[in-house]
Amino acid sequence: MGFFFTLVALVVTLGLTWRYLGSYMEAVFNGRVHWLAWIERPVYRMLGTSPEQEQTWKRYAGAMVVFTFVSLVFTYVIIRIQGSLPLNPQHLGAVGSALDFNTSASFVTNTNWQNYGGETTMSYFSQIGALTVQQFVSPAVGISAAMVLVRGFSRRKSPTIGNFWVDMTRCLFYVLLPIAFVFGIIFVGEGAVQTLAGTASFHDVLNNVSQTIARGPIGFMETIKQLGTNGGGFLNANSATPFENPTGLTNFLSFWLLLSIPVALTYTFGKMVGSIKHGFALLAVVIILFGVWVGYTANAEHQNNPAVAKAGIVATVGNTEGKEVRFGDTSSALFGVASTSTSTGSADSAYDSFTPIGGMGLLTGMMMGEVTPGGTGTGLYTLLIYAILAVFIGGLMIGRTPEYLGKKIQAKEVKLAGLGSLVMPMVVLILTAIAVSLVVGRAGPENAGPHGFTEILYGLTSQGNNNGSAFGGLTGNTPFYNIVGAIDMLLGRFGVMIPALALGGVLAEKDVVPESLGTFRTDNGMFVGLTIGVILIIGGLTFFPAIALGPVVEQLSHLRFF
Amino acid sequence: MTTVINQPVAGPSEPHGVAQAKGLFDGPILRQALRDSVRKMNPRTQVKNPVMFVVLVGSVITFIEAIAHPSKFTWSITIWLVLTVLFANFAEAMAEGRGKAQAETLRKMRSETEARRLKPDGTEELIAAANLSKGDLVVCEAGDVIPSDGEIIEGIASVDESAITGESAPVVRESGGDRSAVTGGTKVLSDRIVVRITAERGHTFIDRMITLVEGANRQKTPNEIALTILLAVLTIIFIPVVVTLVPFANYGGASVSVVVLVALLVCLIPTTIGALLSAIGIAGMDRLVQKNVLAMSGRAVEAAGDVQTLLLDKTGTITLGNRMASTFFPVGNHTEQEVADVAQLASLADETPEGRSIVVLAKELFDIRERQLEGDHAFIPFTATTRMSGLDIGSRQIRKGAGDSVKRWATELGGTVPPDLDVIVESVSRAGSTPLVVADGPDIIGVIELKDVVKQGIREKFEEMRQMGIRTIMITGDNPLTAAAIAQEAGVDDFLAEATPEAKMALIKQEQEGGKLVAMTGDGTNDAPALAQADVGVAMNTGTTAAKEAGNMVDLDSNPTKLLDVVEIGKQLLITRGSLTTFSIANDVAKYFAIIPAIFVFAYGLKNNPLGALNIMKLHSPESAVLSAVIFNALVIIALIPLALRGVKFRASKSSVILRRNVLIFGVGGVIVPFIFIKLIDLILVALHAY
Repeated sequence: MGFFFTLVALVVTLGLTWRYLGSYMEAVFNGRVHWLAWIERPVYRMLGTSPEQEQTWKRYAGAMVVFTFVSLVFTYVIIRIQGSLPLNPQHLGAVGSALDFNTSASFVTNTNWQNYGGETTMSYFSQIGALTVQQFVSPAVGISAAMVLVRGFSRRKSPTIGNFWVDMTRCLFYVLLPIAFVFGIIFVGEGAVQTLAGTASFHDVLNNVSQTIARGPIGFMETIKQLGTNGGGFLNANSATPFENPTGLTNFLSFWLLLSIPVALTYTFGKMVGSIKHGFALLAVVIILFGVWVGYTANAEHQNNPAVAKAGIVATVGNTEGKEVRFGDTSSALFGVASTSTSTGSADSAYDSFTPIGGMGLLTGMMMGEVTPGGTGTGLYTLLIYAILAVFIGGLMIGRTPEYLGKKIQAKEVKLAGLGSLVMPMVVLILTAIAVSLVVGRAGPENAGPHGFTEILYGLTSQGNNNGSAFGGLTGNTPFYNIVGAIDMLLGRFGVMIPALALGGVLAEKDVVPESLGTFRTDNGMFVGLTIGVILIIGGLTFFPAIALGPVVEQLSHLRFF
Repeated sequence: MTTVINQPVAGPSEPHGVAQAKGLFDGPILRQALRDSVRKMNPRTQVKNPVMFVVLVGSVITFIEAIAHPSKFTWSITIWLVLTVLFANFAEAMAEGRGKAQAETLRKMRSETEARRLKPDGTEELIAAANLSKGDLVVCEAGDVIPSDGEIIEGIASVDESAITGESAPVVRESGGDRSAVTGGTKVLSDRIVVRITAERGHTFIDRMITLVEGANRQKTPNEIALTILLAVLTIIFIPVVVTLVPFANYGGASVSVVVLVALLVCLIPTTIGALLSAIGIAGMDRLVQKNVLAMSGRAVEAAGDVQTLLLDKTGTITLGNRMASTFFPVGNHTEQEVADVAQLASLADETPEGRSIVVLAKELFDIRERQLEGDHAFIPFTATTRMSGLDIGSRQIRKGAGDSVKRWATELGGTVPPDLDVIVESVSRAGSTPLVVADGPDIIGVIELKDVVKQGIREKFEEMRQMGIRTIMITGDNPLTAAAIAQEAGVDDFLAEATPEAKMALIKQEQEGGKLVAMTGDGTNDAPALAQADVGVAMNTGTTAAKEAGNMVDLDSNPTKLLDVVEIGKQLLITRGSLTTFSIANDVAKYFAIIPAIFVFAYGLKNNPLGALNIMKLHSPESAVLSAVIFNALVIIALIPLALRGVKFRASKSSVILRRNVLIFGVGGVIVPFIFIKLIDLILVALHAY
């Protein structure tokens, strides 16, 4: 029953968030929110820009790439020289260059893949000044990119699609910082640790052992970790530790935070294009896929693990191995799906210990391109890319040049949408193929057989989709996996984002075709169904063989599928 | 405007003339197509179609493999892959073949003719038609074939245009006005005309027709380009999917043969639509030609499917060309029968359709027979100055004509105007009809109502258009009152009354301003600017050269209702492409279930072949499974050729209804069908002891 109430509360709060945060973000990005104008204006002056100075999509993309690259260097340097920087009570030394590269790429791409244990690797300065900073700006980049694609639909014959610096500033000051601050206070109030004092040590007299307890500025990092769909926790054990996720309330708020912006952005989209129904259609795609995935994964976890069953152990409470008993199997499945479907990647259980087909639920959640609802901004633009493909095929089937929100979908749009949906599967498959072919790659997984294959596939899928969720079992902190992973994350980020920006630019230049009875409706059930079909077919067809060789064969080798 | 159209509107027009409809698999075309499909195996031809090129490369790889490691399986796969390419070529060759057959008929008409060129001094000289140049004047008399396209500058003649239109009835062509254009290859049946040549050899109407129906140098249309890109994406994406299986399988300790990988790749890439795409495009143009419409570009056909506003001329499209008598109104103390009697007398010699309809109506209503006139009588023809016509029998003078003229004439003879006349005349006008006043000498008897007759079935047609989201606008020279009445009756969405060429142009621009695509028909020279401005301009073949050059389609039947057919063909073309794409992609699911369990039989050294559980079709063996999928993939191309050539059935209805239907048939059907047929093929292979 507790789980049921959580679910109801989540649905209600997310419904309100969809409506009000969505509407608020529309006002923010259309420049109608001014309560922090006293900060906003000086920032523009400092950057030498203003909301009136609009950019073409190419300039916008240029600014975005430069910004990400500078962030990468900035993050890399801080972590490399953390030993000489303040706020390092544990006197942690420089992080190795490969690991540093992976970590920097991971945080600037909103992935938060962690090949390190935070408490034993990163100084407080690195955690705050390098990683947390990126946890704020990298989701802002994603949201800004989504705004460009949305403007592509809402504008007519416009050569420009907004100003990157203005979008970033507004996103940070009006959306991310205030929400993260308010909920940070709640988290700390609930008991999430927030201190700059070093580790605490004590001597356990009974067992005669000394223990060192890691702590640090965790609480405030925690909220942006979830809100920005980042997922990179301060501590290695992430949200499974009470220091990050102390109570039932914070666990609930974690769900809500990580789903809030991606969900609300569908409303923002609807409001910006002048049809809430269109926003709702996208939300329906998200809800249906998310619901199916949660149901599927929870059901899988409710079963006994086939390997355990084979060993003759009869479990009556589902697959509990690797789960925090406070949460149990269903809630853990929900958390897992929420975090893999939103590009957050945080964890409150060990996914490696899920049943093979349960782990497949998480894996496939990412393979669909992270759209249910996906990361902050990234989810919306990826979903729109799939929607464009659905509109193209569906539009042809009714005998008209396909159009979405009055914008004709023609050769250029199909090319860009195709590119946007092609890059991720290609990168993930090719890098996985490289990893399983090389000795250094094969050395990564802890397990042999299909489970080991899944460990590698999961790791590279997670990084390629900028999710950051770790399956476990894969030793990622090797030069090979650090570098391959960094390449995976950067290609996965820009391989989708740049086509999305280009789409925004191309669409904004177009005029709008008036709607008529003959127009392919893009706000009804048929459209929702077609979009879901496109997502499942592209994801399914590209990853089917890999899935078959991983979780499917593992589950079947235990002679039962369900 | 005297074009009489008696064809039913809703039904398809009978194919005739150049557009002889051939059976889908006509003998000679079929043989030619078989030859062409081998000829098209040239890699330089294949590379234009990325999907089929991949299949060709794949078949080369399996061929090499079959030579290196011969086995029944490798050879079977190789043969079926080659067949897949051949089938695709065959589909295209079939579509082209139909066009080529038509082109052949047209070429025959272009046989060398001699022209009688008129020299400046007025004498004639014989010169080969091929040597004519633009601006030359030629003389054609009864029996001569017109040597090239031109414009009549002198004379009137009846011309047999059956060669291009298929219509056996001769048409009248005369200098000046809107019917001065003649087409090279047509035959003068009577009289003598002087023609100014407007097109040189190679650029005539027939030359253009030949190029069009042959599909040579066919330009891809915008939607076709976009779809080709999507197919390329779907091809590129599957290459890494298949290639990465090698290291994946190696990791699992299994090895995958190159032949099986090629087979999988070919099954996954959208070969069905890739093979049929160009055939669909060619066949779409072909269907237009069968309707006797020539599109100057495929782009125009596609635009027709996108049209949101149709400008339709009232006469000939919405109403029958002629007004018909519908009611007799008596005035003063006369009776209806008296009106009918006098009106019939006045019309006895009137051979115009209007006149005939008065005679017929009188007969129908009061059984007044046509009479043989005895004694001294004279017919008074209609002239533009009197605006009346009629009959003098002895001293009795009977007239019918425009209200004002007859009134003036009757008063001049000493008669008086009945007080109710004006009221009746006005009410008839307001209803959208034309009033004719009938007088017997000074005595005004009554009024004949000549009604514009709206074509049967046109209202339903407009309703269908509305369902498809197309707005219909009636263009008419009538006054707004009349226009409104007819618009109301015909069920058009809007009308433009007292239309001038400028007003028409302004209306098109105004519609386009809002982003709409506009289609219209026209025939006169003054229509040319509007035809050029419209996104789809269908010129009537009877029209002027200027009109034909301004439009992007020519209707050989000169039937303005054809515009509606053109829109449907444009839509059908896109629907066929979209549906077969959906079908092609949906097929992949079943093929995966056939091939994946067959590939990884020995994965991870697991002895019980766990992935065998995915073999839900219970296919006989790994080899038979892969081969069955490949065979299905090849045969489905052949099976769908008729659909590609004919087009997916199109019923005018709301977009959501069309979509639901096509998603069910081609999407859901596309998932289910291959499961059934792959299983069947597998059973056949086993029954034949092939595996």
